[in-house]
Amino acid sequence: MSYTYYPGCSAKGTGRSYEESLRAVFGALGTGLDELEDWNCCGASGYPAVDAAKAVALSARNLALAEGARPGPGPVDVIAPCAGCYRALLKTERALADGGAVAARVGGALGAAGLRYEGRARARHPLDVLVNDIGLDRIAEAAVRPLGGLRVACYYGCLLVRPYATFDDRRAPTSMERLLEAAGAEPIDWPLRTRCCGGSCYCGGPLIGALPEATLRLSYRLLKDAKRRGADAIATVCPLCQFNLEAFQGQMARRFDEPVDLTVGFFTQLLGTALGLNERALGVHRMLRWQLPEPTGAEGGAHVRA
Amino acid sequence: MGLSSLEFAPGRAVDAADSVLPQFCIQCGTCSVVCPLIEYMDHSPRVLNAMLMAGSYDDVLRSRAIWVCTGCYACTVECPKQLPVTESIYALKRASMRAGVYPRRFITPVLARQFVRLVDRRGRSSEAWISLSLYLRTRPFQLLRYAPVALRLMRRGRLPLRPDSVRKPAQLHRILEVLDVTTEEDA
Repeated sequence: MSYTYYPGCSAKGTGRSYEESLRAVFGALGTGLDELEDWNCCGASGYPAVDAAKAVALSARNLALAEGARPGPGPVDVIAPCAGCYRALLKTERALADGGAVAARVGGALGAAGLRYEGRARARHPLDVLVNDIGLDRIAEAAVRPLGGLRVACYYGCLLVRPYATFDDRRAPTSMERLLEAAGAEPIDWPLRTRCCGGSCYCGGPLIGALPEATLRLSYRLLKDAKRRGADAIATVCPLCQFNLEAFQGQMARRFDEPVDLTVGFFTQLLGTALGLNERALGVHRMLRWQLPEPTGAEGGAHVRA
Repeated sequence: MGLSSLEFAPGRAVDAADSVLPQFCIQCGTCSVVCPLIEYMDHSPRVLNAMLMAGSYDDVLRSRAIWVCTGCYACTVECPKQLPVTESIYALKRASMRAGVYPRRFITPVLARQFVRLVDRRGRSSEAWISLSLYLRTRPFQLLRYAPVALRLMRRGRLPLRPDSVRKPAQLHRILEVLDVTTEEDA
C-alpha cells in the first residue's frame, strides 16, 4: 500500500522534520509515500490574493501530475501534510468540480500544457489517513513505547478543518486527540486549538510574521494558555504553526515579560516516538527545543532529551 | 475608470463572493467578534461590509484591514448567513491590487507580490529568499533582530539558501500564460 505524497515548499525547509517524521511513521506502519514528481508550489494564501484562477491552476497541475503517475480508473489519494497546501488542493478540487468559468479556464490552460485533471486525485491529510485508513487499533498495537501520560495540547490551527471539514468537525475537531491517546498520551482540553497562530500569512517562512507584532501576540496567547492548562508539549499539523510557535518564544518572553518555553513538535514526531522510532529519524535534532518529561508507567520509553 | 464601476457594478462582480456579501449581510458582527486579527484592522469585517453597502468602494479597497486578514476562515465558519466572508476579502485584495490602490508601505501586499513573482518564475517558493527580499524591501534594519533565529535554523538544516525550482518550468509557464490571455467571458 502506498500513497502519493505532496510535500509542499515548507517540508523542504523549516518543516523538514515534518517530512522526516511523516516518512518514518508511515514506513513503520508499512505504508509507502511516493513523492509526486516535479510538484509545484500550492499558491498558499499569497497567490489567491493576487490571481484567483492561477491559484487554482497551480494546484490543478499537481493533481493532474498525480493522476498521470497513477493511471485510472481508481481514485488517487494525495497526502499533503501542510495544512496550507491541503486547503489549496481541496479548494482546487472543488473549483474544478463545480464546472464554472474558473474550471473551464483552468481546464483549458492544463490542456494547452498537455495535462488533464479527471477528478480522480483528491487531497488527504496524513492525520485523516492515520486515524481513518490505518486505524487507531493498529496504531495502539504498534505503539511499543507509549507516551506515558504525556500531557499534549493538540493544535489544529486554521486551515486543516476550515473552511472544508473533510474528516473532522470545523469547530471541535478530535482526530489528533484520539490518535495521540492511542499512542499513550493524555491530550488536554484546549478550546483554542483551532485559533489562528497568526502565521498563515502567505508563504510562511522564517523571519516573516508579515505583521510581527500580531503574529507574536497570537502565538503568545496560544503558548501561554497551553502552559496554563498544564501541557507538556504542543502537537502541530502545519509547518507554519510549528515554526511560529517554536521560533519566537524568546522574543515573546521579552515582549510580554513572561517565559512561554514549551516544546512544539509535529504530531508525527510524537507518534513516531511512541512507535519506538529513533530521534534522528524523526528529525528531533532539528528542533529548537525538545524536552519531554519522563514517561509514566512501566512501558514508557526513554524519549527524553535535555 | 472609477473604482466603483470596476468591480462592484451589479452583475459584474469579479467572482461570486464580491456580490454576495453586501447584499445579504445582516450586520450582526459575528465575523468581527471571531476575527483573531481584529485589533490590527482599521475597519472590522462587519464595517467593511457596511461600507460596501453604502458604496464606499474606494475606502474599502484602500483599507489596511483587508491586508491584515490571514485567511483563517473563522468568520466563514461562524457567519449565520453562511456568507463566504474570507473569500470575499480575498476578492477585495485582488481588486485593490488590480486597481493599484493597496497600501504601498504595508508589508502583506508587498509579500504577496514577491511571493507570486517567485512562484511564477521557479514554480516553488523559498522561505529564505522570500524573507530576505521582503525585509530588504520594507524594513532592512529589522533583519538584525531575526538573524539569531535564522542562524539557529541554518545550523539545523532548516533554512536552505538555494531556491528550489520545478524541473519543467516551461509546462508551468504555459499554464500561467494561457490564464493571462483568457478571461471569464472566453470560457
